[in-house]
Amino acid sequence: MHIVDGALSNPVLIGGGLLAASGVAYSLKKLEPEDLPRVGVLSAVFFVASLIHVPLGFSSVHLILNGLLGIILGWAAFPALAVALLLQAVFFGFGGLTVLGVNAVNIAFPAVLVYYLCRWGLSAEKHLLAKRVADGLFGVFFLLTIWAGFALYQLYQIEGGSWSVTVNSVSLILFAVVMAYGYFLYRRGTLSVAGFWGFLGGSLSIFLTAVMVAISLALSGEEFGKAAEFVIVAHFPVMAVEGLLTAATIQLITKVKPELLHAVR
Amino acid sequence: MTQVLGEVSRSWTLDKKQQTQEAFLQSLDPRVRLLVCVLFSCVVSALHDMTALTLALGIGLGLSLFARLPIWTTVRKVVVVDSFILVLVLTLPFTMPGEVIFSFWGWEASREGVFRAAEVGLKANAILFSLMALIGIMEPSVLGHALYRLKVPIKLVHLFLFTVRYIDVFYKEYKTMRMAMKARGFVPRTDLHTLRSIGYLVGMMLVRSLERSDRIMEAMKCRGFDGRFYILDTMKSGQRDRVFAAVAAVALLGLLAVGYL
Repeated sequence: MHIVDGALSNPVLIGGGLLAASGVAYSLKKLEPEDLPRVGVLSAVFFVASLIHVPLGFSSVHLILNGLLGIILGWAAFPALAVALLLQAVFFGFGGLTVLGVNAVNIAFPAVLVYYLCRWGLSAEKHLLAKRVADGLFGVFFLLTIWAGFALYQLYQIEGGSWSVTVNSVSLILFAVVMAYGYFLYRRGTLSVAGFWGFLGGSLSIFLTAVMVAISLALSGEEFGKAAEFVIVAHFPVMAVEGLLTAATIQLITKVKPELLHAVR
Repeated sequence: MTQVLGEVSRSWTLDKKQQTQEAFLQSLDPRVRLLVCVLFSCVVSALHDMTALTLALGIGLGLSLFARLPIWTTVRKVVVVDSFILVLVLTLPFTMPGEVIFSFWGWEASREGVFRAAEVGLKANAILFSLMALIGIMEPSVLGHALYRLKVPIKLVHLFLFTVRYIDVFYKEYKTMRMAMKARGFVPRTDLHTLRSIGYLVGMMLVRSLERSDRIMEAMKCRGFDGRFYILDTMKSGQRDRVFAAVAAVALLGLLAVGYL
């Protein structure tokens, strides 16, 4: 997930830094001083959560939870993530100083996007509508995947089969499988409506982050093309893990302390 | 101030015993160290010349010696961080077009690609060592105060200080909850049950943190919080700091001269 120092080109670094600075500035302007302890404490929890490792086959992944962070903190996710990334860079060495901006944008921007997408779907009053929209959203994702698959298949026929195309189609199939698995759990009743929204938010934010990491690598030079594709494929298991975990957390929160979803204005 | 950032095995903060024998870099003004480190990182990422980058790595290593970083823990941390860039460094020679120098299982490695991989590795490690030596040995709270004195927005600094303060608290809470789960026979596996249990764990931590933050707010209001915080320590830079800054400026200009002339 973290891009290290030295890989990205200077325009990407500067652009990422500027975007991150404006995002942090906008969200700090919105943030009331009374909310600071809340945001600080929640951001500490997310820092600790990022130290949790979940076993995955022979290996393990550490949590990022930017979808959950976005759902709970909204725009405040920007400074919270910037602080967490600074701490990780300085004290653990993951990521570096110059890539801080790019990393912050790559992780925080999907979080804010997920906030706008999932926030109202989680509120209980519009239950039936939330269900319908969740179904619709799932349908849209699925159709998009199938369409992209067809488009890639045609490209594959024209190019005569290169490695990149096969990797892309594999990653798309995995995306479809992850989404379908979440939908299956939701239909079976294991996930509530709010849980399914959490699943969508958790997995989508990881997908978007992986895509943005891939874009920032690809923008830095032709030679990172393969690495960029690898990043996307490598994040599908993480997508599944984060989606299901976020779903469980959201289900717990909606039952135990629903006001957590409106903790920060 | 915080235990976790020093307790977690990958962290770089020195333990008490090592801090007693004060290192030279430790005694310098935190603001100067922070500025020098940021400038050094920027200069290194702008460089493309091999000689200059090797020199930069040398400077980074030299700084680590000055900071008296413990050798074996440092090596272990560097290995962990370097394993992150391994994928990138290993694929670069094969994905960059150019003059072929060797081939491996039908994959052709180019000279340009090998140089690019070496460049990425050198840059990452040079910045890593300087970061460890200049900022890694700082107390997180001191870093926050230094950021404030360097005119970083006050809200961001306070968010930083709050986060640093409570990471420790919630790490301990996390450990307690994991212990309780273990006592009930929880073994993490790759299945839905594990994901749900850890999801509930995160959820409970969030619920508790919200309750705690309300108590914090009440305690702050009780002590007259009016939306402003005061950072009391004033940092002074002395003769040694000015000398260090001058040497650093010369070194950075030298690096740029080697790289671009």
